[in-house]
Amino acid sequence: MQHLILLPLILPLLGGLLMLLPPLTDSRVRQRNFALVLSAATMLISVLLVQQAQQGVIGVYALGDWAAPFGIVMVADRLSTLLLLLTSVLAFCSLLYTFGPRTEEGSFFQPLLQFQILGVNGAFLTGDLFNLFVFFEILLIASYGLLMFGGGKTRTRAGLHYVILNLAGSAIFLFALGILYGTLGTLNIADLALKVQHLDPAEAPLVRAGGLMLLIVFGLKAAMLPLQFWLPAAYAASTPAVAALFAIMTKVGIYAILRVFTVIFGDAAGSLSHIAGPWLWPLGLMTILVGAIGVLASQDLRRLIANLIIVSVGSLLAVIALQREAATAAALYYLLHSTLICGGLFLLSDLIARQRGKVGDRLVPGRGVGQGRLLGSLFFIGAIAVIGMPPLAGFLGKVLMLSAASSVAEMSWLWPLVLGSSLVALITLSRAGSTLFWNPAGKPVEIMRAHPVQLLATVLLLSMPLLLSVFAGPVTHMAAATAQQLHDVQGQIGSVLQPVTHLVEVK
Amino acid sequence: MEALYAVCVGVLTAAGVFLLLRGRTFPVVVGLTLLSYGVNLFLFATGRLNNSAAAVLGAGSDHADPLPQALVLTAIVIGFAMTAFVVILAMRARGDLGNDHVDGRVPELVLDSEERN
Repeated sequence: MQHLILLPLILPLLGGLLMLLPPLTDSRVRQRNFALVLSAATMLISVLLVQQAQQGVIGVYALGDWAAPFGIVMVADRLSTLLLLLTSVLAFCSLLYTFGPRTEEGSFFQPLLQFQILGVNGAFLTGDLFNLFVFFEILLIASYGLLMFGGGKTRTRAGLHYVILNLAGSAIFLFALGILYGTLGTLNIADLALKVQHLDPAEAPLVRAGGLMLLIVFGLKAAMLPLQFWLPAAYAASTPAVAALFAIMTKVGIYAILRVFTVIFGDAAGSLSHIAGPWLWPLGLMTILVGAIGVLASQDLRRLIANLIIVSVGSLLAVIALQREAATAAALYYLLHSTLICGGLFLLSDLIARQRGKVGDRLVPGRGVGQGRLLGSLFFIGAIAVIGMPPLAGFLGKVLMLSAASSVAEMSWLWPLVLGSSLVALITLSRAGSTLFWNPAGKPVEIMRAHPVQLLATVLLLSMPLLLSVFAGPVTHMAAATAQQLHDVQGQIGSVLQPVTHLVEVK
Repeated sequence: MEALYAVCVGVLTAAGVFLLLRGRTFPVVVGLTLLSYGVNLFLFATGRLNNSAAAVLGAGSDHADPLPQALVLTAIVIGFAMTAFVVILAMRARGDLGNDHVDGRVPELVLDSEERN
């Protein structure tokens, strides 16, 4: 079972490659079925890994048995396994959605989807900053392909912006890695956390510059304020299954921010501790504001959901900026909820758009929705969850985040913005729902029925907030334990670098 | 040697950033390429510059750091693939959108000044 940690990488990699070989590549149906089996297997493995990590042990896999700061390690602690599970659930549902009638997917779609999952899983599991870069590139190049699927003007334009921005981001990432390696002499996250504690004060400004450059890169991935303009266009232009899967992409950036600025530049980093906080706090808050304005201005449903993602990213970043255990736990709970619900809403918006014919998902009166009652109730549930109204998990998540702010200064900034953005979401989603379902300009020409498998995928994702609120107790405990493990920097350093000290003793 | 090297990295990066901020796709792609050259040189220098240091296998008191070389190699490979992709994408955008502006349409101000010339 020791090799279990590596399976979430091996399975999508080999599976994606196999799909390009003859028995599978000829038939789209066979590819899809195989991908579904792979995805279910990955989900099962993530569940096992979560179970292992919940016992409080940090699983460390040294590739080729080279010990930690010299070799490459994969680290499966509570945080990475939790996000691994989240990815696999989201990926399973997006994959399920491709079983419906959609013709624009070529034979490279499923392999690219698997490579995307490989990149995301790798980014969560790696214990090394350079490998984080490599896995970022894997998930990016897969996402470039996925984003462009189907072609068309809007996709090309959104894709061009997305690709150029991310290439510039990669260059900054490498500069930051170069600075960190040049000053600290290592790129292993645990080792960096150790070295930064005994840093020569003369080199501190350089390391600080390197760290903050990392914040730019992760901010670009997470869609933090000045770097979020690519997101609505890119997400609104991609196919629904891809857009749903992309809901995890911003969370990769948030994960990287959490990991780097809690472990490396965390409590124990001396003069460099909490260097990200002063930047994250105002930028996160402004991201909420800009996202809310975007929500108000959205002309179609998918752009609206993309802007809701920006709002959730802003709230998460602002709460993470507090850099306290309770705040991190609250952010983690809300992260699970917001990823799943936004993925579900992207799928739902495609179901709605297809039944409305030519108007698509534009928020103008058009032909009525064929299955108005069914899709309307789904939209209602999704809207309640994403706005953060009781009884669903969005409400709990927002309450947890609001109560994470302790001082008056924190409250007076965080509360109005989070609550105000919820109000904006409430207004816009009510307006959107009334336009879509209650204000038809004509009867649907024929009664169109949603494809049952696609409907299943959507319902699965939309029912997750319900599950998260029913099992709120265990999940919040899990989030609290995860945050505690993440903030315990010495514990992480100890368990990742443990093999080395052991080696020294043997000598 | 350090000063010359630093100036090289600086000039490459500055030129890369300047071109990256242009409006047409071709200068942007060239800018990305220059930027990645600057990055690669910079990464290479993180192992410190020294003359006549042995590679790890040789006998000598002075060793060159092998890790930056591995990092640079990875970065070059990835950068090359990404450049190839962005070139194809830029050509596709030229075909799909009918012009080579990064926004997919040439701003009217630019059009005016081009007509006047």
